Amino acid sequence: MPVSTSPLLRVEGLKTHYFGFGGSRVVKAVDGVSFTVEAGETFGLVGESGCGKTTTCHSIVRLLSPSAKIVGGRIELEGKNLLDLSAREMREVRGRRIASILQDPMASLDPLFSIGNQVAEPAYYHGLLRGRPLHQRVRELLAAVRIPSPEKRLKEFPHQMSGGMRQRIVGAIAQAGDPCLIIADEPTTNLDVTIQLQYLNLLKELQQATNVGLIFVTHNLGIVAKMCDTVAVMYAGKIVEMQSVRGLFYEPRHPYTKALLDSIPKLGTKEPLYAVPGQPPDLSALPPGCSFHPRCAQAMERCRTEEPPEVRDNSGRTTRCWLTQPQEAVHA
Amino acid sequence: MAITFDDVRSVTTNAERARRLFGYMRQLPMIPLFVLSLLGFVAIFADVIAPHSELDPVKPTSAQCQALYGAPDCPYLEDVPPFWSEGGSLTTPLGTDFLGRDVLSRLMYGARISLIVALMGTVVAGTIGTLLGVIAGYMGRWWDQVIMRVTDAWLTLPSLVFAILLLSVRGPGMWNVVLVLALVFWSRYSRAVRGEVLALRERDFVKLAEINGISKTRIIFRHLIPNVMNTVMVLFSLQVGVAVIIEASLSFLGVGVPPPEPSWGLMLAQERDAMMEGKWWLAVFPGICISLLVLSANMLGDWLRVRLDPQLRNR
Repeated sequence: MPVSTSPLLRVEGLKTHYFGFGGSRVVKAVDGVSFTVEAGETFGLVGESGCGKTTTCHSIVRLLSPSAKIVGGRIELEGKNLLDLSAREMREVRGRRIASILQDPMASLDPLFSIGNQVAEPAYYHGLLRGRPLHQRVRELLAAVRIPSPEKRLKEFPHQMSGGMRQRIVGAIAQAGDPCLIIADEPTTNLDVTIQLQYLNLLKELQQATNVGLIFVTHNLGIVAKMCDTVAVMYAGKIVEMQSVRGLFYEPRHPYTKALLDSIPKLGTKEPLYAVPGQPPDLSALPPGCSFHPRCAQAMERCRTEEPPEVRDNSGRTTRCWLTQPQEAVHA
Repeated sequence: MAITFDDVRSVTTNAERARRLFGYMRQLPMIPLFVLSLLGFVAIFADVIAPHSELDPVKPTSAQCQALYGAPDCPYLEDVPPFWSEGGSLTTPLGTDFLGRDVLSRLMYGARISLIVALMGTVVAGTIGTLLGVIAGYMGRWWDQVIMRVTDAWLTLPSLVFAILLLSVRGPGMWNVVLVLALVFWSRYSRAVRGEVLALRERDFVKLAEINGISKTRIIFRHLIPNVMNTVMVLFSLQVGVAVIIEASLSFLGVGVPPPEPSWGLMLAQERDAMMEGKWWLAVFPGICISLLVLSANMLGDWLRVRLDPQLRNR
């Protein structure tokens, strides 16, 4: 494999808007999101419900609902801009370069096809393997995701599996086309806690074995701490803070990140659980200035009128907040 | 050593294969399969096994003519009852109709027409309707708009009147009835199937297939159609019955299968008045045949529905 200098995935200024009522109502679900994912890296995407995490993921594979449109930005996978590809070329990318793990393991498998058939489908469809080698590959994939006695299991059907097993099988399907990027959209939300831990360990192992880039969408900060290398916190369609996972937990810089960290339940205290005040904003009618200011404890006059730009400091951390601007920028 | 390793293995696999075949056979729905294959057999070999012609009256013996008309020769005997009642004869086991034709022979030839019309009509309608419904539901946008508006318009047409209109354009005839049944009934399927597909489309396994770059055609044929087969099967087995009845009504009204041809529906329709006069065999036998056909189509449909669903078939 040739060593490329460009990152595996580079998303730059991505804007995905939903157009409702004949274009009269525009919902800026993703509004200028930029990040990069390296091979073998786990990139976490966190934020409240409806802040644009899932829309970002769908934009990357270009499978948006008809009312949504990517209105700006670039999505480069291995140096190629995915937004320039034709529908046919894009289909080659899906499954072969990018794969996905979805939220609900109960619904992710077709009830009418045996496990073996479903795991084989991406590789078969993209013409990678046929016949005996394909069978062999499916068995290896099932073994890799710790399905006991894969030879027997691949003849069985989804309803004969537990939730954890099904989600592992979805993991095997994601691996089948040999992708370089896997998008995991809250893959453990519907699993119970012990199975979650097993599953996350398994994902990490698989990632180390195959060196894929992983985009991990979640709203569980505990999972972020366990899984991710870099974390981006999204609020109202924008990334408000992005830095290494260690930095995020030890030195959060954006007031929203701090508020999120404060609202993790802690064992052994009798204090009531902290909640970020207010509601997530209506994405079609964002407040002027910084969209977080109505809920921000440290909001200043400036926050109400001017939107803070995304600023990257020397160590590569980015924030969108007037509080963290370099001095000269604040006074400029 | 006379027996090599290979020999032993081939023997065991043969036994294994036989056992598996037997196990599979035992799961087959015996009653509907028996009825349908009997009807199919009769339909195919009607020329060979029918005792009399389906169109010409049975030639009576001079003794019968003498007893009935007091003359040594007569053209036919009408309304002879079945063999076990008084006045019946074994030459015409199920009696004769108002023109002296053998009811049994007519039923045998009628099986041809009724089976072809009912099954072909529903299969063609089901195929058209299912495909259009899946396309409308899955492709959405203007596909959905166009197909579903046409379906809506189609559903508002009263089926029998619409069928009569179409047939008056095409003219009577068996294949025209098949065509018309397909044209009239496809909308039932497309409506039901579209609804089902709208729900399926949002299920994660369809999304996952899309994310894995599977093409729309393959998703339709691999994932959507097998998943709507349940609904289609149920509709299918119900529609077979409706098709037989519609065919009967059309034939009765003179736009379906033209009268000298024996179709079960036509026989039933023609003999309604005779039944009121106590000549029950004329209407009851075709009625039994229709019921058997519809019942076994229903049972077979139900069995298929269970077979197609891995959660219901016991493994």
